[in-house]
Amino acid sequence: MTQRSFRPALAVLLAGAAALAGCASKAPPQLPPEPGPAVAPAAETSPTLQGPAPGSAADFLAFVMGADTIHFDYDKFDVNPADMPTLQKQAQWLAKYPGKHATLEGHCDERGTRDYNLALGEKRANAAKNYLVSLGVDPSRLATVSYGKERPIDPASTPEAWAKNRRAVTVVID
Amino acid sequence: MMFRAAVLTLFLSAAPVLAQTLPIDPVAPPPASTTTTADQGGLSVTVSDTSDWQDLGIDIPAFATDADKPTTASAGSTGPLGRAIAEVITADLRNNGLFKPVGPGALPAISYGEVKAPAFDAWSARGAVMLVQGSVSVGDDGGLAVSCNLFDVGLKQQLAGKSWSFAPQEWRRAAHKCADMAYARLSGENPFFDSRIAYIAETGPKNHRMKRLAIMDSDGANHRFLTTGQAMALTPRYSPDYKSILYLSYLDGSPRIFVYDLASNTQRLVTATHNPTFAPRWSPDGKWILYSMAISGNTNIYRIPSTGGRSEQLTSTPGISIGGSYSPDGTRIVFESDRSGSQQVYVMNADGTDQHRISFFGGKAATPEWSPRGDQIAFTRIAGNLRIAVMTPQGQGLRYLTDSWQDEAPTWAPNGRIIQFFRTEQGSGKASIWQVDLTGRNERRLPTPVDASDPAWGPVRQ
Repeated sequence: MTQRSFRPALAVLLAGAAALAGCASKAPPQLPPEPGPAVAPAAETSPTLQGPAPGSAADFLAFVMGADTIHFDYDKFDVNPADMPTLQKQAQWLAKYPGKHATLEGHCDERGTRDYNLALGEKRANAAKNYLVSLGVDPSRLATVSYGKERPIDPASTPEAWAKNRRAVTVVID
Repeated sequence: MMFRAAVLTLFLSAAPVLAQTLPIDPVAPPPASTTTTADQGGLSVTVSDTSDWQDLGIDIPAFATDADKPTTASAGSTGPLGRAIAEVITADLRNNGLFKPVGPGALPAISYGEVKAPAFDAWSARGAVMLVQGSVSVGDDGGLAVSCNLFDVGLKQQLAGKSWSFAPQEWRRAAHKCADMAYARLSGENPFFDSRIAYIAETGPKNHRMKRLAIMDSDGANHRFLTTGQAMALTPRYSPDYKSILYLSYLDGSPRIFVYDLASNTQRLVTATHNPTFAPRWSPDGKWILYSMAISGNTNIYRIPSTGGRSEQLTSTPGISIGGSYSPDGTRIVFESDRSGSQQVYVMNADGTDQHRISFFGGKAATPEWSPRGDQIAFTRIAGNLRIAVMTPQGQGLRYLTDSWQDEAPTWAPNGRIIQFFRTEQGSGKASIWQVDLTGRNERRLPTPVDASDPAWGPVRQ
């Protein structure tokens, strides 16, 4: 090795030492923000991987335990007292998620004429809506749609099926 | 002459056999009764009892042509076209129930020269009572010239005669015009065969039926679907000039009424409102559209000029007032309302004044339709089953026309004699279109490609 080859190597060493001098453990000019207080998880919406997303239509159905439907007597549109707890539970969920909208679907059984059943289904949807409004839900969040006798949930031609088809269904919009 | 007499004698002796080989009957055979549950069976079939009918014999040989020229008509060149025209006339008159027609399949051909000068003696020898002879030929412009002549064979007299020009693809209209001429002259009734029907074609499971808007001739021919079925279509009505169709569609998720223009195949909203709208109807002169609209659950009837403009509210009671059918002179409207506690039939002036109830016979009365003759109101009577019935505009003379589990939504043929409705089968919910004469006789099913409901009959075409 000649004396000449040492100088480049030494220059590299010195340069490296100078660079390393910048990484000395000296505090940076500005500290990152302090960590905030520990956040407690919300009581109803424990974000497990199996549960429905909070405020979703699936979440609504889970909350009301599937009771999204109320039923009506033949040719009638008034809310049955037996169905009021169902609507109350629905109103509770709607109060928790004030940004969510819902559609009330009104339905009839097949034992009537088509036009009148469209109008009667609208009456039933409105009756359910009005009751929810009386429980404090803002009416602008609730739309109504009548399907008359066009969408039975039970296709049989029996009084039992007809009783199931005379209904108002609350459908939360995702 | 002798040869012809000999031939005719042959035909005469063979007549009883030939008379049974009528042209193919386009009416579907009545569906067989089926039991679905322990409760009730399926469709109830009404056998038409023709014993007391006039059953006027009328012979319709193939229409003659001067020369067998090609046409663009679906039935072919003028020779076969002449036979096809006679077959359509035969089917029209037979389905109507007043006649016992004998069609071209069972009759000898006539010559072009005979059309206006029948061989009466020969027809008499065949036992013919009435006779229709016509001709079809191709004009210079390629259009069809059709002539139609009605004769009383016994009196050796012509009773009526007309001729028309039609484009080749409209050849069936010429046949219907001829049937109308014979029907009107012999029955004294107004014509109706040259008309079209709008209705809803149904397929799919009962809890999610696909419903499409469709149109067809009065005998089921020239069928056409107008919507895809993606959005549910209901309750259509032909405009009196046949240029548009009013109907209800869930196109944007809610019940909306559209006017469908048949020339451009486009549609527009009748009224821009966020409230649900139902039950669209035309006035007889086509100048007004009735529709029903629900506000906060209460439904009332409105009218709007058919060219657009401001809506005018006609009823304003709490409850449901819906539908509406004009008297033929356009001065009054019959409609249904539950303001008394149950569905009943009411009449009012066309401006909404003088609303008064006319149905007072117990049970419920719905879907009233004013006859084009002005003398009867057809409606759905609900008393357990749903049945087609008629009454006078004063609510008198209630008569049932059908007796099944569920018949509803009657509309009138343009002549005010035949009523068309749809029948729902218990259990399956399958719907089909039926017709019945005002006397309650000749109840028959109108054949459609798939199930069908909400039939609406347009007027006689000009």
